[in-house]
Amino acid sequence: MSILINKNTKVITQGITGKTGMFHTKMCKEYAFGAQCFVAGVTPKKGGQNYEGIPIYDSVKEARAQTGATVSVIYVPPPFAAAAIDEAVEAGIDLVICITEGIPVRDMIRTRYKMQGSKTQLIGPNCPGLITPDEIKIGIMPGHIHKKGPIGVVSRSGTLTYEAVGQLRELGLGQSSCVGIGGDPVNGMKHIDVMRLFNDDPETEAVIMVGEIGGGDEEICARWIKDNMKKPVIGFIAGVTAPPGKRMGHAGAIISGGKGTAQEKLAVMEECGIKVTRNPAEMGKTLKSVL
Amino acid sequence: MKIHEYQAKEILRKFGVTTPRGIPCFSVEEAVAAGKTLGGHVAVVKAQIHAGGRGKGGGVKVAKSPAELETYAKQIFGMQLVTHQTGPAGQKVRRLLIEEGADIKKELYVGMVVDRGTQRVALMASSEGGMDIEEVAAHTPEKIHTIFIDPTKGLLDAEADDVALKIGVPQALVPQARTLLQGLYRAFDETDASLAEINPMVVTGDGRVVALDAKMNFDSNALYRHPEITALRDLDEEDPNEIEASKYDLSYISLDGNIGCLVNGAGLAMATMDIVKLYGGSPANFLDVGGGATTEKVTEAFKLMLKNPGLKAILVNIFGGIMKCDVIAAGVVAAAHEVKLAVPLVVRLEGTNVELGKKILAESGLPIISAVNMADAAAKVVEAARG
Repeated sequence: MSILINKNTKVITQGITGKTGMFHTKMCKEYAFGAQCFVAGVTPKKGGQNYEGIPIYDSVKEARAQTGATVSVIYVPPPFAAAAIDEAVEAGIDLVICITEGIPVRDMIRTRYKMQGSKTQLIGPNCPGLITPDEIKIGIMPGHIHKKGPIGVVSRSGTLTYEAVGQLRELGLGQSSCVGIGGDPVNGMKHIDVMRLFNDDPETEAVIMVGEIGGGDEEICARWIKDNMKKPVIGFIAGVTAPPGKRMGHAGAIISGGKGTAQEKLAVMEECGIKVTRNPAEMGKTLKSVL
Repeated sequence: MKIHEYQAKEILRKFGVTTPRGIPCFSVEEAVAAGKTLGGHVAVVKAQIHAGGRGKGGGVKVAKSPAELETYAKQIFGMQLVTHQTGPAGQKVRRLLIEEGADIKKELYVGMVVDRGTQRVALMASSEGGMDIEEVAAHTPEKIHTIFIDPTKGLLDAEADDVALKIGVPQALVPQARTLLQGLYRAFDETDASLAEINPMVVTGDGRVVALDAKMNFDSNALYRHPEITALRDLDEEDPNEIEASKYDLSYISLDGNIGCLVNGAGLAMATMDIVKLYGGSPANFLDVGGGATTEKVTEAFKLMLKNPGLKAILVNIFGGIMKCDVIAAGVVAAAHEVKLAVPLVVRLEGTNVELGKKILAESGLPIISAVNMADAAAKVVEAARG
């Protein structure tokens, strides 16, 4: 078991003929069962062509009808990426993963508004994607650092997630699934949504929750964990040293009006029974201590 | 991206928001002339810097005569204005706004931000204008009224009227307040703003609702479709290092420590600063070289960090995913040679092609201190910085 995706998942790549889309589609196709998972690409006006043997269609609707794919991953450039999410939602895709960084917030507000009441789940934007080790990777993370196992990872950051996974690997701990929910202020699934899935996944025995400054999603998730989580969760929040009012790389990583500080998040997480570490080099060790 | 008050007011006027008449000035002479042009007995001399808290710092003065106006303009123009947002060094005042005075009966607050929870634009309004809204939120949250605006409908008449009454706009002036609030929302929406604030919005003795101050910030991801907003950027108000960094697509923020940090990825970059601090050091900067760092980018990143005269050591922390460790190692070696690196350099590489990367560093002949993980790297760089 795993969450959201496994070796039987069929994936459409939106923006498959762009430089980024081509590169990562090839890497994903070469990872584990990727060759059977990545069944279609979409680029308007390029229908009928193929990339690495993957057929390209003009629209998500057509790609879905032809292949039965239920998941899409988006590498479309920022000015067109929100419209690409809309297209996937309208085509009835179950899970949309938007890798694109730099989508205007105004576009995402409208896209999220249109998604109200829809069955489609969104991960990202501005995220590394997700992976179920030894089965399928959808996104830009390095596949080879992962291995199959009982630990779930959910994070707003890319490389910091790899850091957590690398530490787990050093300790011989594999992962059930790793989900990068992205660094944008208006996005799809939050920590809490992923945590619920890990809670229900029989293969996941414990979870690493990685957050960062900005917003209040970690606090919301922590309170849910306190009342509902049946498995141990450990946490790390990046940005204890971040100055207020400055955007720290990610559009959503900003302390504004004194809100969204790392200290505040860590305090709430501790109150809710989550074992937190303030040392990013000890995420793996801390996780091992609660098993 | 931030802009000045007078620029925000120019934008808001286009959307039907009433503001005092005012003239931006770039010298004391212009300010004196502006006072004459405006006429009237009372004029306000307002320092134009991007930071808030200008009034408390002595950057806003009410002049009751042309002579007073000149005195204040001379005082404020060119001063290092220190506010709670500028840091102790303050910000040099290079522009003034000369505005007609207003007969203030009531000071109110209205502001807009993107609310992450509801994923909508939130209008916040309060009867407590002219104060720091964060103070109001902390001490009397019941005095802040919030509306989450439907993006397909905009701010409705009924919503605007209701909130205007709640914050104490007199019944007869509610239509004026509605025009202002709806204009503010349209301005926010159509310019891709990330923050718009009118503090205070005032009710005047002659029965008008006026935006006495204005502040707007914009979503930098949307600037590509707003050349008219981009043109308002004032580089004098920005950190020269951050401007330089943006030319090379590096995400850089200056801090006050002495250990330079060069990292790939925003989250890892923050975590690297945190661990440096945790081990007793002090980070000099946040620097994310991104996923596609080239030798050129790494070299520019080194140059940026080395501009800091107090820099004592550099920590490079790379978790190579898509970015291969051998590429970054070659970049580090080339950069270190080019900038004739004189401070200790600690490098931690992990991920794709890590062995190859370490080999390149070892064979470079440079005195690079190699670290096996983040903790080792932090300990070593803190020690190196102590020298």
